[in-house]
Amino acid sequence: MIPSLPRPAWLRAATALYVGAFLLFLFLPLAIVAVFAFNNAPYPAPPWHGFTLDWFLGNEAEGRIGLFRDSELLGSIWTSCSVALWVTGLSVAVGTANAFLMEREQFPGKGILSMLMLTPLVIPGVILGISILAFASRLADLCTELFGIEADFLRPGLPLVVLGQFSYIAAIATLTISARLKRFDRSLEDAALNLGASHAAVLWHITLPYLRPAIIGSAAIAFLMSFENFNTTLMLVGSDAPLTIMMYGRMREGATPVLNAVSLFLMTASAVLALTLMRRGKRQQS
Amino acid sequence: MAETAAGALWYRRLVLALLLAPALLWLLALIVLPHFDLALLSFRARVAPREYVASLAQYRSFFGEPLYWHVFVRTALLSAFATALTLLVAFPIAWIIAKLARGRMSALLFVVCLIPFWVSETVRTLGWMILLRESGVLPALLVHLGITAQPVELLYHDATILVGLVYTSLLFMVVPLVGSLESLDNSLIEAAYDLGGKGWPILRTIVIPHAAPGITAGCIVVFMLTLGNYLTPTLLGGKNSLWFTEQIYAQFITRFNWEQGAAFGFLLLALSTAMVWLGLKASGQRFSDVMRRV
Repeated sequence: MIPSLPRPAWLRAATALYVGAFLLFLFLPLAIVAVFAFNNAPYPAPPWHGFTLDWFLGNEAEGRIGLFRDSELLGSIWTSCSVALWVTGLSVAVGTANAFLMEREQFPGKGILSMLMLTPLVIPGVILGISILAFASRLADLCTELFGIEADFLRPGLPLVVLGQFSYIAAIATLTISARLKRFDRSLEDAALNLGASHAAVLWHITLPYLRPAIIGSAAIAFLMSFENFNTTLMLVGSDAPLTIMMYGRMREGATPVLNAVSLFLMTASAVLALTLMRRGKRQQS
Repeated sequence: MAETAAGALWYRRLVLALLLAPALLWLLALIVLPHFDLALLSFRARVAPREYVASLAQYRSFFGEPLYWHVFVRTALLSAFATALTLLVAFPIAWIIAKLARGRMSALLFVVCLIPFWVSETVRTLGWMILLRESGVLPALLVHLGITAQPVELLYHDATILVGLVYTSLLFMVVPLVGSLESLDNSLIEAAYDLGGKGWPILRTIVIPHAAPGITAGCIVVFMLTLGNYLTPTLLGGKNSLWFTEQIYAQFITRFNWEQGAAFGFLLLALSTAMVWLGLKASGQRFSDVMRRV
């Protein structure tokens, strides 16, 4: 049970076995994806045919299009990045404003608003997607009917994908930044004001620097969640497919190991992001 | 003096208005109004091109067509089963992280558990597909070990869907469980043990009641995410997946029958909300506290 109580040998062995099996379960799929990115065969399947870098570097002449020559895949990575940048910027800005609103202001209906801010987290992503799709289409139809304007940004496409992802990622940013602002010692602001600082200067030099870890953290989470989002994006996507949608389409058709190559690329990128954030966190603590 | 007081009041009102604007715009334009519109959409039927009447036809066809509600019930049951399985798999590892492993080891194990979830669900599902499909790694291994004569297809079964769902949900169970188990005082368990308590009674009367908030939070989130999952069931279950989100997609995008799709969406939302509400009632917790745990 716990270290201070006697534990029979079989229980110790079972615990070690369980941890081993659990870690195998967690990492086997990822390891398999990574290994088959280097297999010299047209499909990501055993047996092992030897090591190759074709799935990264290959070009059409060799009959194998590698990741760095696959303009469709590279384009979708770029699409995902630009969507994620928009979502991150919007979510962090709105999240910061919301944190000040909920922690600093008093107004009628605040309780309802704070409940409402959490609801996007319990609505399934598919439903967020279809509701925004239907509502935007109705607005676009209205635009055409009333003003004779074609509001293309309200039709399925990247602007709607950004709005769809933002609709729930903003809730996460709000929670993270509010939690930090709640712990802020307001006497620091009062001291600065007493010493003659303007409200803007206090915000810029005292409050925002204090919030910085939460802002950076929620920006990283927002970027990652946007990049990986599938459910909401699937419903709102137009002709430009972000990476997850592109990969899904190819996985259904039975793709070449170039998907493993792009997956390995993503794993490396996430690992670098995770490590950077953890080191930052550690530095701040010490 | 009066002028500056009025000025200060005016300034405070301006700040409040500026802070309220983005929040209201976000919640009204992207959450409240779209869902209101979706509700309207689900309660109408098309009688002629561009002509609609208020009607319950969409909901009637859901209950009238066995395929629709069978898939709905199946999705709900499999999601509940996947949630229970996730709890069973996650509890021991959460216990080991919170109670058995010490210091650095515990922190390391926790981080290691989180790592796979930094990678997108698409990548993790690709891994399972390469492992399990007929030409994949595990069937080849089974043949090699002499367990099966021919490679067997391990994809496209309900069990495969469950494995995939448990895998993607683990993080959301482990994190709240570790949180609630860490706050349990070891001396309570020692006392129970000294008084003659055995493993199972201690678990049932001390550990589980203490961890109940974490268990509820984890179960609510896992159930909700599983119910709304699309990628894992469709890729690991193939044509046999029969997952309800797939029906919503089919109505909305493939058949362009938005009225029917809206009704399906609302039914899924109703089920999801009902389970969240039940979970909160059963454990006597507040919604906002649960969301902060995860």
